Amino acid sequence: MNPLRERYGQEIDEILAKYPTDQKRSAVMPLLYVAQREHGYVTREHLGQIGELLSIAPTEVASIVGFYTLYHDTPGGKYRLQVCNDLPCALRGADQFLEGVCDHLGVKPGETTEDGVVTVEAVMCLAACDKAPMFQVQSREGISYHENQTVQSTIDLVDGWRKEEPK
Amino acid sequence: MNEILLRHRDIKDIGQLAVYRQHEGFDAFKRAVTGMQPDEVTEMVKASGLRGRGGAGFSTGMKWSFIDKNAWPHYVVVNADESEPGTFKDREIMESNPFQFLEGVMLCAYAVGAHSAYIYLRGEFWELAAHLDARIAELEAEGLLGDGLFGSEYGLRIYTHLGAGAYICGEETALLESLEGKLGQPRLRPPFPPSFGLYGKPTIVNNVETLANVPLIVQKGVDWFRGFGTEKSPGTKVFSLSGNVVKPGNYELPLGTTFRELIYTHGGGIMDGRKIKAIMPAGASSSLIVADDKALDTPMDYESVPSVGAMLGSASIIVVDESVSMDWLINKTMHFFQHESCGKCTPCREGTYWMRHLTERIHHNQATWDDVILLQDVASNVKGKCLCALGDFSTEAVISSITRFRGDFEAKVGMPLSAPADAELKEVSN
Repeated sequence: MNPLRERYGQEIDEILAKYPTDQKRSAVMPLLYVAQREHGYVTREHLGQIGELLSIAPTEVASIVGFYTLYHDTPGGKYRLQVCNDLPCALRGADQFLEGVCDHLGVKPGETTEDGVVTVEAVMCLAACDKAPMFQVQSREGISYHENQTVQSTIDLVDGWRKEEPK
Repeated sequence: MNEILLRHRDIKDIGQLAVYRQHEGFDAFKRAVTGMQPDEVTEMVKASGLRGRGGAGFSTGMKWSFIDKNAWPHYVVVNADESEPGTFKDREIMESNPFQFLEGVMLCAYAVGAHSAYIYLRGEFWELAAHLDARIAELEAEGLLGDGLFGSEYGLRIYTHLGAGAYICGEETALLESLEGKLGQPRLRPPFPPSFGLYGKPTIVNNVETLANVPLIVQKGVDWFRGFGTEKSPGTKVFSLSGNVVKPGNYELPLGTTFRELIYTHGGGIMDGRKIKAIMPAGASSSLIVADDKALDTPMDYESVPSVGAMLGSASIIVVDESVSMDWLINKTMHFFQHESCGKCTPCREGTYWMRHLTERIHHNQATWDDVILLQDVASNVKGKCLCALGDFSTEAVISSITRFRGDFEAKVGMPLSAPADAELKEVSN
């Protein structure tokens, strides 16, 4: 039996029920989110398993992973701290904010801290331009917004993650 | 002024179903389903003059009337992919006034004979999708969504669908492709979605803010709605104000309000007492307007903004002050567009790449005036040559900043302007 269906059968059925029965392919994006929850990124095995559920080739599933930025095909930190430094946020200090956070954590944008807790990324506009500096946190649990941030408030957040029990 | 769209600012807790219903919530939908023909709803929206709030400003009722009645089923798809830098209005509407938005979706679906509606949210709106799912479940429990509504034969289901980080999916045909489980790349048009949309079926794609207007149009009438705004741009608009202003945020104002009123009266003026330099009225896709008195006194409506050299678009007003140099600004916008180009059309895919590299070079003092000319040349070779508007959008800030804020580039490349270069520049910009 398909390992994803075995583990998340009911959830997968609920997802498939949203779309016409002859248009199962529409479920590829929600199913990728389900798969990504397991390890924080999509594995080669997932591509085949999702392809099997939707009757499409694994490479077609891989093309979706490659096209959309919220899917990852390599492991990252437990938390991905994604700072918006697009134009409106940059006009309100987002570049300096990102630099401050990176300096403190000893990483460059795109890199993961040595303890594997956080990957810092610079991302495109997140529709929160009036509350800059801001970032979103992507983890296995989903995505959450953090607005009107300072370097200090961000460091406090990361310190909190570092104290968590390893899962 | 009382809000029409951001009513949660007047009516606390309108995000709760009971409170929304106390304020005539779902009366319009019930009246439509039990007492109006679908076409009557469309005619009402047409008569109201409501124009699409996603950016194009096309007549909403007209769009609905284009739905192909010879092919079935019909779908409604809501564009909640809000990704234009500077735009954050749909998020506030869905978060704080969700039922009015959902009732708008329902009225649209009834008007065009759709029994399924999909709300396509950008992937970052993860928490918002869960919030909407919970509101939809409440409506199903109350019998406001589902089969045989109010004893009629009409039934409707609404589903949310999360994208996964791609600006291009705000383009309606790319959105449809994405919803079908494919790469978010625009389709060749025509055919347009009202005849060939989701799964190849007739589909109406509308923006969140557009639909949030509909319940009150049906409830309070066309004349009431036309009491706001201008003759050709009736109603109010949620202006997302960002950049170098004291009080950034969403401001719901009648269409036709001046830039000056938005920026100085509501937005509190420019940060740190600096002077205003430029305005981008349609987010990062916008041309840069020189913020002189004429521009500041221009009414923000679909007809007037072009007179100062830009479009109103989604009305995401990015304010730029005198401390900002345009070489930095277009480097930012090009970074965005290069990242977001879907790669389908060669002029956009290659053009955004080269424009980004040229702006990088100019910004880092590695360029000569020839590079500025080349940048303009590349931009003019992208414009008008792609399937969707993203390519065009990427050129707007580039071309307008070089022609309107030329001094910034002269200072940057450190080269006194010679007469031949001047002539060349004019030729390219035509």
